[in-house]
Amino acid sequence: MSPQKKTTVKMKKVFDRPKSMTKKPYHYCPGCHHGVIHRMLAEQIDAYGLKGKTIGVASVGCSVLLYDYFDTDVVEAPHGRAPAVATGAKRAQPENFVFTYQGDGDLAAIGTAEIIHAANRGEKITVIFVNNAVFGMTGGQMAPTTLVGQVTTTSPQGRQVATAGPPIRVAEMLATLDGAAYVARVAVNNIKNYKVAEKALKRAIDFQLDGVGFAFVEFLSSCPTNWKMTPQEANARVANEMIAQFPLGVYKDILAAA
Amino acid sequence: MAKRVLVKGNEAICMGALAAGCKFYFGYPITPQNDIPEYMSAHMPEVGGTFIQAESEVASINMLLGAAATGARAMTSSSSPGISLKQEGISYLCGSEVPGVVVNMSRSGPGLGGIHPSQGDYFQSTRGGGHGDYRVLVLAPSTAQENYDLTMLAFDLADKYRNPVMILGDALIGNIKEPVELKPYRRKIKPKDWALTGAHRRPRRIVKSLFLADGELTDHNWRLYKKYQRMAKETRFENYRADDAKLVLVAFGSVGRILKTSVDMLREKGLAVGLLRPITVYPFPHQAVQEAAERTGHLMVVELNTGQMVEDVRLAVEGRAPVDFYGRPPGSIPTPNELAKEVAKVWRKRGLQ
Repeated sequence: MSPQKKTTVKMKKVFDRPKSMTKKPYHYCPGCHHGVIHRMLAEQIDAYGLKGKTIGVASVGCSVLLYDYFDTDVVEAPHGRAPAVATGAKRAQPENFVFTYQGDGDLAAIGTAEIIHAANRGEKITVIFVNNAVFGMTGGQMAPTTLVGQVTTTSPQGRQVATAGPPIRVAEMLATLDGAAYVARVAVNNIKNYKVAEKALKRAIDFQLDGVGFAFVEFLSSCPTNWKMTPQEANARVANEMIAQFPLGVYKDILAAA
Repeated sequence: MAKRVLVKGNEAICMGALAAGCKFYFGYPITPQNDIPEYMSAHMPEVGGTFIQAESEVASINMLLGAAATGARAMTSSSSPGISLKQEGISYLCGSEVPGVVVNMSRSGPGLGGIHPSQGDYFQSTRGGGHGDYRVLVLAPSTAQENYDLTMLAFDLADKYRNPVMILGDALIGNIKEPVELKPYRRKIKPKDWALTGAHRRPRRIVKSLFLADGELTDHNWRLYKKYQRMAKETRFENYRADDAKLVLVAFGSVGRILKTSVDMLREKGLAVGLLRPITVYPFPHQAVQEAAERTGHLMVVELNTGQMVEDVRLAVEGRAPVDFYGRPPGSIPTPNELAKEVAKVWRKRGLQ
């Protein structure tokens, strides 16, 4: 038997934690898209070199704890008020990158006034809107974006249009405002959609850094826990039901239109 | 000598704010404080500051939260119903220890009420007003000059305690026009080592009021409590002819101002009355009120409501002396003569000579 040969293999690091993320493991449920969207944003904060000049605005919902994961300055906003808090922060720190990260309960229900007026004033902020068609943190109640017929803890018979109205399409609504500069809806349920989403997010960051104006990206997300589904089933719902109700695409891009 | 100008009380607030380095104002129209957003919209741009007419009172207090979280001096103003809407934000400012100045040129309620002067917001102002166990420093000016001076002080106290400070006036205090000496602001504003400015070459900072870990919120509340206890040293009040008085009146703001004339009228008739006028209604001048009660044996409280501050006076006196009360619900402003008659009634009832 020949003695074992010592070999060294030079390994190249191809995947790492973004520098603008802490080492804290996510508290998010398996299959939830928050983790994917957090990471996508953190990668871009790294890529643009914004870690030292970011002010994040956390909102009330599952993602309120984003300051546990983002190694940047963060201020926590009351429920729905993140666009107003971001307005104050950005006006006071125009050189910094200011983003809000809001769920559909936060942005599309209690915070409708704040998001509409921040968009219409053309605040130079980047809004990440995560639409999973449900109030996640409070245990799965009906949201303004809940699908017709969708069973939640406050729509046990399924959402009824006659009493609860139809789901609100926020991206389309904001795109009607002359003050909004960039509005897109994306999904991260597969690689193809993920790549498109990443492009949209970059554009929404560019719009702020270049001083163009208000930028908004709606991410369709799954919520396996509150949808009472496996992550695979939840992803299928995003692909089949969510995208049908909330079509993907760029709804406004004032630079592309010009 | 500092420049003297003839301005409305609301304008004096703005001048004090700008002198103290306030660069951010967020507001919403509501009577009787509209001079404030109007003045700020005209003059904020002159100092390179930001004026935003927000979509709501709720949005304006949260814009203040965002601007002040970056260390900037920021102010919002409103009147009673609008202040009710701001209470959520005020609670968050306290919970996340963000300074800011909130002006309440209060009107009358409940509900839409009216635009008369009223002191019906005393409880709301001094008891926190929103959810949770917290306190706000509350300054109660009674002249346009005090509006100017106390607004400058409000910014300093807000920074010192990392807590919102409220200025509690009313339609009378906001709209009366009188001379104001524009004393220059000379204090140095200290840098804020907690402010969000981007984590460049320093660890990141978080401004928040959510504390979920075991025991964290308990500790946070005790820490806030100790801070509110420390605020006691900011207690301010005016002693108007009270040292040798046999009957001491307690009143704040607009009524305090009117009562001074009543005191003078009664003194001329030989009635030894005096006035203690709290300038801070939180912290409340408990000690001064207690001492006056011990010295004279009884007190009289006058308010433009049906009885709110009188509870603080009775708490201070702790049953050691009777406390008479005359309250005037909103609808009209009492004249010095009317109040003098009410005081004289108490004087006779108590058998004073």
